[in-house]
Amino acid sequence: MKPFAYERPTTVEEAVALAADGGTYLAGGTNLVDHLRLGIREADRLVDLTRLPLDEITERADGGLVIGSGVRNSDLAAHPLVRTRFPFVTQALVAGASGQLRNMATTGGNLLQRTRCVYFQDPTTPCNKREPGSGCSAVEGFGRYNAILGASEDCVATHPSDLCVPLAALDTEVVVVGPSGERRIAFGDLHRLPGDRPDLDTTLDPGELVLAVEVPPLDFAVRSRYRKVRERASYAFALVSVAAALDVHDGTVRDVRLALGGVSHRPHRARIAEEALRGRPATPDQFRSAIEAELGAASPGEHNAFKVPLVRNTVVDVLTGLTEGSAA
Amino acid sequence: MAGHEVSVRLTVDGTARQVDLDPRVTVLDALRDELGVMSVKKGCDHGQCGACTVIVDGRRILSCLALAASYDGADVTTAAGLGTTDHLNPMQQAFADRDALQCGYCTPGQVCSAVAMLEEARAGMPSHVSPDVSDTTVDLTDAEVRERMSGNLCRCGAYVNIVRAIQDVAGQDVARAGGGAA
Repeated sequence: MKPFAYERPTTVEEAVALAADGGTYLAGGTNLVDHLRLGIREADRLVDLTRLPLDEITERADGGLVIGSGVRNSDLAAHPLVRTRFPFVTQALVAGASGQLRNMATTGGNLLQRTRCVYFQDPTTPCNKREPGSGCSAVEGFGRYNAILGASEDCVATHPSDLCVPLAALDTEVVVVGPSGERRIAFGDLHRLPGDRPDLDTTLDPGELVLAVEVPPLDFAVRSRYRKVRERASYAFALVSVAAALDVHDGTVRDVRLALGGVSHRPHRARIAEEALRGRPATPDQFRSAIEAELGAASPGEHNAFKVPLVRNTVVDVLTGLTEGSAA
Repeated sequence: MAGHEVSVRLTVDGTARQVDLDPRVTVLDALRDELGVMSVKKGCDHGQCGACTVIVDGRRILSCLALAASYDGADVTTAAGLGTTDHLNPMQQAFADRDALQCGYCTPGQVCSAVAMLEEARAGMPSHVSPDVSDTTVDLTDAEVRERMSGNLCRCGAYVNIVRAIQDVAGQDVARAGGGAA
């Protein structure tokens, strides 16, 4: 690991100033410390955020939540308002990592974690995300985890987060602050598609710090579900995952929120499927045709073609399950 | 600035310690290499195996991914701080009674993890196998124990007896809670 200076500010202003000329923010460390050790990333100055007052979860007057970026995954998962009003957020969190890691990992760090593409994590192989211009080893290599939506010829990596999938389904906003002040980013605008700049995961400017995630109220999210499909029962990243909230009245879909994980460079909000479902009968056939419309743009390769039917079947199963749980 | 040492204070198994460290040093390496605390083990050093699990301020964490500088002031408990050879912690005794190990290398991490895991379950923390995540009462089935301990690998494969050992202690806790309420 390359030597770095270490700073531990106690105010946001101090942290932003310390990071302004090339500092690297450190939160839970579960991703960054490993990357520093492996040489995937280098830092000249680490700005430790753990002493900043960003670890609160507060309720907004409208029933929404403000989640500080320093809130640990385990605290967010166990929060009474999260587990009752947005159960798929808790389900996503407890489907990720291990008990130890959830005690360390933070909300802000979860948003900004890097892909688990095996080539990105192996500094001996070409990777456009790690080393721009070096090529993509995954396009014709081990492709089981590759993206099926929105990939480019330069990068086929997927976003690894579980938490981000329900956050994409909700109309979440991310509050950030940087050298030029504070701004709010719609969750769908935070993460990028790879295009020809796969080294950039997000639209954050250098030195910007995530302060909070704001979740607006959504009454029918009390009936929501996160389903993760992976290659072992626990402690593994998703092949694909589905976050859904469904509002059914008299057998008709009044409203729906649907997002997919493991399919794209960013958490994928399934807006085509949502639009296809609003006002339609809440039946497995409708669910199937809606998600097939969403997956019309899918461009899988040889090794990840299974993801298309896997997403389809998982979505149909999750939505059908939510329908069965609803009042007549 | 790079390369400057930082002063780190840790309470380790009840004893206050202070050490000047390169900021790259993890809690794991500070304990073993700087403070001579060998009860914490280095397995993968990547956050994948759980061998380095310690309890910090009541919570289980992976000491291999924790920079010591970031944990300045923390109260760290390793397996050696849970009990003594004469007075084993109930979890340590249960691991011995149930033969919940073979080579023993993962055991300190397993024991620390299990002790903190039971606290999490007692506090009502949900898990991936909880039938209803809004339910704050945890029914600690074998499936729950396995899920909650999935961050601790045992390459000897002593899992069956590890689950039994943890259930022995969890059962004692239930009995104690029941006795208190009666």
